[in-house]
Amino acid sequence: MINVSNLSKTFTNHPVLKGIDFSVQQGEIVVIIGPSGTGKSTLLRCLNYLETPTTGTIQIGPIKVEAGHASSKQITQLRQQSSFVFQNYALFANKTALENVAEGLMTVWKEPKQQALATSMKILEQVGLGDKAHQYPAQLSGGQQQRVGIARAMAAKGEVILFDEPTSALDPEWVDEVLAVMKQLARSKQTMIVVTHEMQFAREVADKIIFMEGGHIVEQGPPEQLFNAPQSERTRAFLARAMKG
Amino acid sequence: MNFDFIYTLELFPILLKYLGVTMQMALIGFVIALVLAVAIAVVRVFAVPVLNQVAIVFISFFRGTPLLVQLFLLYYGLPQVFPWLVGLDAFSAAVIGLSLHFSAYMAESIRAAILGVDRSQMEASLSIGMTKLQAMQRIILPQAARVASPSLMNYFIDMIKSTSLAFTLGVAEIMSKAQMEASSSFKFFESFVAVAIVYWVVVVIFTQLQHRLEIHLNRAYVK
Ligand SMILES: Nc1ncnc2c1ncn2[C@@H]1O[C@H](COP(=O)(O)OP(=O)(O)OP(=O)(O)O)[C@@H](O)[C@H]1O
Ligand SMILES: [Mg+2]
Repeated sequence: MINVSNLSKTFTNHPVLKGIDFSVQQGEIVVIIGPSGTGKSTLLRCLNYLETPTTGTIQIGPIKVEAGHASSKQITQLRQQSSFVFQNYALFANKTALENVAEGLMTVWKEPKQQALATSMKILEQVGLGDKAHQYPAQLSGGQQQRVGIARAMAAKGEVILFDEPTSALDPEWVDEVLAVMKQLARSKQTMIVVTHEMQFAREVADKIIFMEGGHIVEQGPPEQLFNAPQSERTRAFLARAMKG
Repeated sequence: MNFDFIYTLELFPILLKYLGVTMQMALIGFVIALVLAVAIAVVRVFAVPVLNQVAIVFISFFRGTPLLVQLFLLYYGLPQVFPWLVGLDAFSAAVIGLSLHFSAYMAESIRAAILGVDRSQMEASLSIGMTKLQAMQRIILPQAARVASPSLMNYFIDMIKSTSLAFTLGVAEIMSKAQMEASSSFKFFESFVAVAIVYWVVVVIFTQLQHRLEIHLNRAYVK
């Protein structure tokens, strides 16, 4: 269970998030959409404490953190409740695909190496990369790297996986294989929060869509409602533009 | 020209007996310098309060004064002020002086290498719940090592040559032996040619090793 309340983030005099409230149930797939520069990435990064929020509280699973009052131990605990899939993959360049996935199990969760590697191999097979286990990131295609990125996030034992535009850095030919892995994850009821411009994916997979604009949540609801009967004029205008191209 | 070839050849086995001391100073000194340098670099990168300021002054001093002056200060100067240092032997003093001196330079090149590692590597580490220190140790430093290794190897080679200054403290290493042989035989040219050749060969060997190490460290980045 995830609960975010009154979350705001100001970058030196530049307010980006202006009081965000939402919650996510276990197993729910939430897709965040909205225009560029609206604070979608900043919101995800705050959930993972890659950015320090200015105000608000974030609760993920049993860990609750209040902005401005978080010890570094609490921050690490909060981070352990979520994992992040980056737009540019951000795989550990000095580690093989398998080691990328196993790293968290070994270093964070102190699993014995053999056990961690065995678990990681299974996860890599789930994303269809069992045969690439011993390749380094530089030797993989963009799509393969991003699938390793997802495998690494799956291994992290968090409540939720956060995806920040996981397909937008990819050559078009690799987009489908990454979306396929994400759909498979969604079917397994992995809680996910996904920022994406892939409207088709959002419509198909999401339980809930959040439309953000100008640092606010303008509207949220199930995809049928947002896509077919948006309540807000701004949502309607955004979707009209997004659908066109 | 009047070059005693046989004398020079006969000098090699005599000098080589002292090469061990020279290499011990360089290797022990380098290991200590490396540990210190990594610690200093991490302190600088994380801007740890107080320690960061200490590190800045430390680096400035050891880069701003000659190694010979540092060695003399340590071996001849400090024991006058701190009597507990009187027992410090010349070999240890040389090793300590060399490591402090080179750690200052190495810290800066390690720091630059750490800063050169893409920010996303730290973020990815934090995102799966690692602490900053774990990220440093497991992800950032290994990548920085690859970037820094050519310059660190250069410092090591420089260090091997700089051990020759230890003869001014009275350490029995190859330079001091060459000097002794030269003054007793008056064959200065032959003696110093011989010792130069020994240093040169050692440096060439380590340059080869450096090359292999780089290939090894680059293996993850070859397409
Ligand atoms: N580290 C930062 N320092 C200052 N400003 C920042 C920083 N990161 C983001 N911003 C600003 O915050 C605003 C929101 O950025 P953010 O990346 O969250 O938008 P986004 O909704 O993810 O956009 P996009 O769809 O283009 O990815 C932008 O105006 C951006 O310039
Ligand atoms: Mg973004």
